[in-house]
Amino acid sequence: MDIRELQGYASFFMTVFLVVVLYSYIVYLYRSEKRGEKDYEKYGNIALDDKIDSTPIEHNPKSQSEKKELKNEYVND
Amino acid sequence: MQSHAALEYDYSVAKLFTYTTILFGFVGMLIGTFIAAQLAFPELNYWMGEYGTFSRLRPLHTNVVIYGFTVSGVFATFYYSAQRVLKVSMAESNFLMFVGKLQFVLYVILAAGMVVSLLMGYSSSKEYAEMEWPLDILTVAVWVLWGIVMFGLIGLRREKTLYISLWYFIATFLGVAMLYLFNNMALPTYFFSGGLGNIMHSVSMYSGTNDALVQWWWGHNAVAFVFTVPIIAMIYYFLPKESGQAIYSYKLSLLSFWGLMFVYLWAGSHHLLWSTVPDWMQSMGSIFSVVLILPSWGSAINMLLTMKGEWNQLTENPLIKFMVLASTFYMLSTLEGPIQAIKSVNAIAHFTDWIPGHVHDGVLGWVAFMIMASLFHMAPRMYKREIYSKKLMDAQFWLQITAVVLYFTSMWIAGITQGMMWRAVDEYGNLMYSFIDTVAVLNPYYTIRALAGVLYLTGFLMFAYNMYKTMTASRKIEAEPQFRSPMA
Ligand code: HEM
Repeated sequence: MDIRELQGYASFFMTVFLVVVLYSYIVYLYRSEKRGEKDYEKYGNIALDDKIDSTPIEHNPKSQSEKKELKNEYVND
Repeated sequence: MQSHAALEYDYSVAKLFTYTTILFGFVGMLIGTFIAAQLAFPELNYWMGEYGTFSRLRPLHTNVVIYGFTVSGVFATFYYSAQRVLKVSMAESNFLMFVGKLQFVLYVILAAGMVVSLLMGYSSSKEYAEMEWPLDILTVAVWVLWGIVMFGLIGLRREKTLYISLWYFIATFLGVAMLYLFNNMALPTYFFSGGLGNIMHSVSMYSGTNDALVQWWWGHNAVAFVFTVPIIAMIYYFLPKESGQAIYSYKLSLLSFWGLMFVYLWAGSHHLLWSTVPDWMQSMGSIFSVVLILPSWGSAINMLLTMKGEWNQLTENPLIKFMVLASTFYMLSTLEGPIQAIKSVNAIAHFTDWIPGHVHDGVLGWVAFMIMASLFHMAPRMYKREIYSKKLMDAQFWLQITAVVLYFTSMWIAGITQGMMWRAVDEYGNLMYSFIDTVAVLNPYYTIRALAGVLYLTGFLMFAYNMYKTMTASRKIEAEPQFRSPMA
């Protein structure tokens, strides 16, 4: 087998592998939502409710500004 | 939340890129219309010596519309929407603000360098990668700065989940970075020859068939990561926001994303069918191109279904009309492309006018429509004024639609006629036509295309005027509109 043939086979099997990964991802998406572990559709609202002071759909716990804000709020209270 | 009272999104960088989008859009399409006219009326080639010829101006057209107009539009919409979906303002970080402005300054220098050097005839002769090595290095700098802002904003975000548009912007960043670097690997001859020749000149590190493969690995992905991926990023944000309807299926957007990433990268060899690249690679290019219909239509159908139950908006709001039409044209060109990638069809289509016909139903109907619609949506929010004229926007829409239809139908006819004439043989196997015979037959279609150019360009001027008036003279609005953009 010369290198070109080898490349051909490598490409073929990589494709098959990636197809399996992609399909597993699709199954994972739908299954996790069916079981109630995840709700993907709510993320669509990120675009609709996007004022800077709107409540995030999911808070980023690592956000520095969030911490600052919470402190400020505390002071303001 | 008192601490938020003073905090607002900062659109200064988005505004700067909005201006360059309009400027380069006009210049690029003016040149496009001019070269279209040159093909119909060849005398137009001789008005300015070497600087006015088709061969000099064609790469100028493609580079100005791609890297000037489209990429500016991508940056403008990124700087606008990324803040919003992450719920963090550029104003919160002096560093990111500085990097954003620096990116803009370097970008303008780069664009000027590109226009001047291409006009002077410096070119690496690789399509969509014509810029010579000093400008390539500057391109890398501009791109890296964009990445710093992108990941910097992501680092500061309040919204934990990255909205789907951002996935697409990130993919644009990574895809272009990887492919641009690989394709532009070149040796500046001056330095490697001990001071011989022109300092701008360089030689690709690849040769022959390998060079062609790397070139079209990049070339096709310029279509993917500049004309498709960031435009999908736009429509996923601006269509839901303008219509007030969340994406029809968020899950479908995720899986189309991975489908697109996975398939697009391997379709490039369809540019090299019937050439010297290994046969399996050509077949792979064909097959992947056909499979590409699935994720492309996945996104497009998702956009159309987003309007489910709200189709009345199509008649009431011209901005929705622009966006729905854009996704329809996206469907048309992602069906047409795979058809052209079938080997037997490609034998007729390759090198003919059908290819620019295909390119322009995508770029005029999808890319430019989406960019103009996005800027229209941004304007009332950035300038706190309503859009100057709904009537003008409507007129622009109809004018430009007519132009797009004239453009692609004339090129369909021209291209297929040309392909058939080139391969026609008489009963003894002799070619029936010489090249000039085809040119004579195609002339009327070239004239129609030039007319289409004039119409589209006029529409673009209407857009520019409407934007200018919106920025300066339109009625002020107090509160930011939540969904539908206000217009007079
Ligand atoms: C007024 C509108 C426009 C007109 C009249 C126009 C005209 C043309 C013409 C005459 C060509 C050369 C075709 C050939 O060599 O046979 C061309 C090529 C091209 N144009 Fe445009 N253009 C317009 C707008 C645009 C826009 C907005 C974009 C992208 C955003 C674009 C992207 C391209 C590309 C990528 C090519 C190269 C196609 C290929 O190599 O097959 N054009 N255009």
